[in-house]
Amino acid sequence: MKNILKPVAAFVTGLLVLTSCNNSTKQSNSKSGALASNIAEKVYVSPGEHDEFYAFISGGYSGNLTVYGLPSGRMFKEIPVFSQFPTSGYGYSEETKPMLNTSHGFVPWGDSHHPDISQTNGEIDGRFIFINENNTPRIAKIDLQSFETTEIIEVPNSAGNHSSSFVTENTEYVVAGTRFSVPIPQRDMPIKDYKGNFQGALSFISVAPETGDMDIKFQVLMPGFNYDLSHPGRGKSHGWFFFTTYNTEEASTLLEVNASQNDKDFIAAVNWKKIEEYVNNGGGTMMPAEYAHNVYDEHTHTATSTIKKEVRVVNPTDVPGAVFFLPTPKSPHGCDVDPTGEYIVGNGKLSANLTVHSFTKMLDAIENEKFDGEAYGIPILNFEDVLAGTVEQPGLGPLHTEFDDQGNAYTTFFISSEVVKWKVGTWEVIDRKPTYYSVGHLTIPGGNSRKPQGKYMFAMNKITKDRYLPTGPEMEHSAQLYDISGDKMELLLDFPTHGEPHYAAAMRADIIKERSKKIYNLEENNHPYAAKSDADTKVVRDGNEVHIYMTTIRSHFSPDNIEGIKVGDKVFFHVTNLEQDFDVPHGFAVLGQNTSELLIMPGQTKTSVWEPTKVGVWPFYCTDFCSALHQEMQGYIRVSPKGADTPIKWSMGEDIE
Amino acid sequence: MKKSNIIMLIAVILPLGLFLFPLWKITLEAPQYPTPLGMYIHINDFADANPHDIKNINLMNHYVGMKYIPEAIPEFKIFPAGILITSLIGLIIAFKGNYKWFLYWFILMVVLSGAGLYDFYLWEHDYGHNLDPKAIMKFTNPDGTQMGFQPPLFGSKNILNFRAHSYPRLGALFLGLGIATSLIAYLVGRKNSKTTEQ
Ligand SMILES: [Cu+2]
Repeated sequence: MKNILKPVAAFVTGLLVLTSCNNSTKQSNSKSGALASNIAEKVYVSPGEHDEFYAFISGGYSGNLTVYGLPSGRMFKEIPVFSQFPTSGYGYSEETKPMLNTSHGFVPWGDSHHPDISQTNGEIDGRFIFINENNTPRIAKIDLQSFETTEIIEVPNSAGNHSSSFVTENTEYVVAGTRFSVPIPQRDMPIKDYKGNFQGALSFISVAPETGDMDIKFQVLMPGFNYDLSHPGRGKSHGWFFFTTYNTEEASTLLEVNASQNDKDFIAAVNWKKIEEYVNNGGGTMMPAEYAHNVYDEHTHTATSTIKKEVRVVNPTDVPGAVFFLPTPKSPHGCDVDPTGEYIVGNGKLSANLTVHSFTKMLDAIENEKFDGEAYGIPILNFEDVLAGTVEQPGLGPLHTEFDDQGNAYTTFFISSEVVKWKVGTWEVIDRKPTYYSVGHLTIPGGNSRKPQGKYMFAMNKITKDRYLPTGPEMEHSAQLYDISGDKMELLLDFPTHGEPHYAAAMRADIIKERSKKIYNLEENNHPYAAKSDADTKVVRDGNEVHIYMTTIRSHFSPDNIEGIKVGDKVFFHVTNLEQDFDVPHGFAVLGQNTSELLIMPGQTKTSVWEPTKVGVWPFYCTDFCSALHQEMQGYIRVSPKGADTPIKWSMGEDIE
Repeated sequence: MKKSNIIMLIAVILPLGLFLFPLWKITLEAPQYPTPLGMYIHINDFADANPHDIKNINLMNHYVGMKYIPEAIPEFKIFPAGILITSLIGLIIAFKGNYKWFLYWFILMVVLSGAGLYDFYLWEHDYGHNLDPKAIMKFTNPDGTQMGFQPPLFGSKNILNFRAHSYPRLGALFLGLGIATSLIAYLVGRKNSKTTEQ
């Protein structure tokens, strides 16, 4: 044990020295006076003006996705995806509860990681954004017209769904690679027998070109490594997907040591076009599996959850020429492909250098069968044969790389808290800037496509410390925005983010902005319990269930007096917002409600269940300040004792005369 | 066919543009409506300038007790019939008539249009003044009389937090041109008849 600890201690000391070195640059970086106001102008978006870019920043452990504007750093919206969200009733309302259904039952929380925007011909098209859930493996699709989560598919045979949800250049597939290998199928077995018995599933989820409907097309069952991050090939390497691995040691305990023993781990290169062809010709086998597929219908305003029973799996050794391993130094984390598709950057997080592989060289080595052995039947290529170049001593703890439109790459260094700019092809370091502090991912708008928009770059940091006014032991994380239009990066803005800003996707605002939905058309509302006018409102008893068809409009509920409810009833408030004006939602809440309030968008119907436990006359009201008469937007529901014979009655405006 | 009769024929056809284009537009601007609310008045219909505008105008107006803008008004039957009848008369005149009849048609059209405008004014006045006594908000003029919310017949005017604009549209232009052209037809016809007399 001591033998292990010693090198670790030395390593950590080394890091501390380097980290403190770096902090000394902080002073020289602080700007003041005229220079500071010059920088302020670059991020200033005047009142009423719009930002140039949307940034969609993952919420990590909050399970959501937040929407920011760049360069202002203003937060516009929080989109609930994998977690219940009492602000709107997502995951609480009857219509949205199915969105959080899984084969493990209702899972009200998620750990969202990597958003990626849909692409057409390698360019970001702004139709959908996909994001993965790590903990209970899921992939979600968010419609960028409504900014609502409209589809969630659970990924079976997977655990720690981390190397996702990256999309191929025509959004043919969203990939979901497993971080933790597990027994497939799951079974009761000793953990110490991990080696050789656990497997890692790489799932390819197809996306229908028109509708965006998702479906797991196939899973490749890989050796029991940890598949950390991934990236689709593009341009010349379109058709391939690359996955970094760690723990090629296949250890199952104290991984910080035991998974850091091999000098090199792998980048798995997967020719998905080849496997797709194999599958289209009937290849692979259907395997029993249980996973939920949840779809939200915008016309019924309701989600449905279907449990699927099987999935197609492919053994990679059954498809010769489809999967190869590229040796990559030390536990590579990020796996990033440059816009031309030629270079694959393996960010070896414990390596002193940054390794870049060449796609052309890889194909050449495969063609000439220059293999250096195999792992579980998968050929391993020679490190030297595929190496394009090395960025020497760029920093400590490289994690992620993104690219601009000038042939430069930007890599984050977690341990030395900095972003380093280097030239693709010459591998020389051009510039370096500190981040505050402990940067994870970084994002360049369009950076995940063939056409990055290299104007801004923002780094997402894990530690906030002294950057803002303190808020007790817990601080929100932070992001830092840099101008990358010149040779040198320039720190422009420092803004807090919500949850863990794990990764982000960003793009030019205009494409999304023009297509953004303003209301739901009331005529197209096909919710089975919708009341499209006050004339449709009613209260219907069905055993101990009571369905209230209710409408809202500025500034009243209809009905606003309801009687005949009894203790022990299950009361469904089906609330339809009759408004047809942009940004006029109404809220709904009733005293003692055990779920959450609702926020109902114009033209939408949402349902809240209320199970009264006490006799009385209980008020309900609108929770969203909607008009000058918002306070008056209220009503009463009378609850009689169990077994009482109070008749069902409802009214609105009757006593006025 | 005489030149004046051809001009008269054009004069008669032009007002039919009313069936293709809106007659009038009322626009309501306010800070919380970045896209102003608007309503087109056609010869036979009220129409939204942007989807749901009329619904939203009604919602705003109910605060001060104004009635909902009706789906239809009797004028939507009378006006199209009037235009069709005057067009028919015009056609007969254009083909058979003496140039003096052009003038009579011109006068008829001016009188009818004036009556239409007056009717529109009355409707607006009723709409803006005949308020629900239980209105949520009651406003009075400085002299203590009840404030009216009548949009202008023509031009722009401030009404509480809104600025209302009321202007003719393409349909009205076609009508106006038609009427003006009939006068030209008359003048041309008169000139020609004088020349022939000599
Ligand atoms: Cu309200």
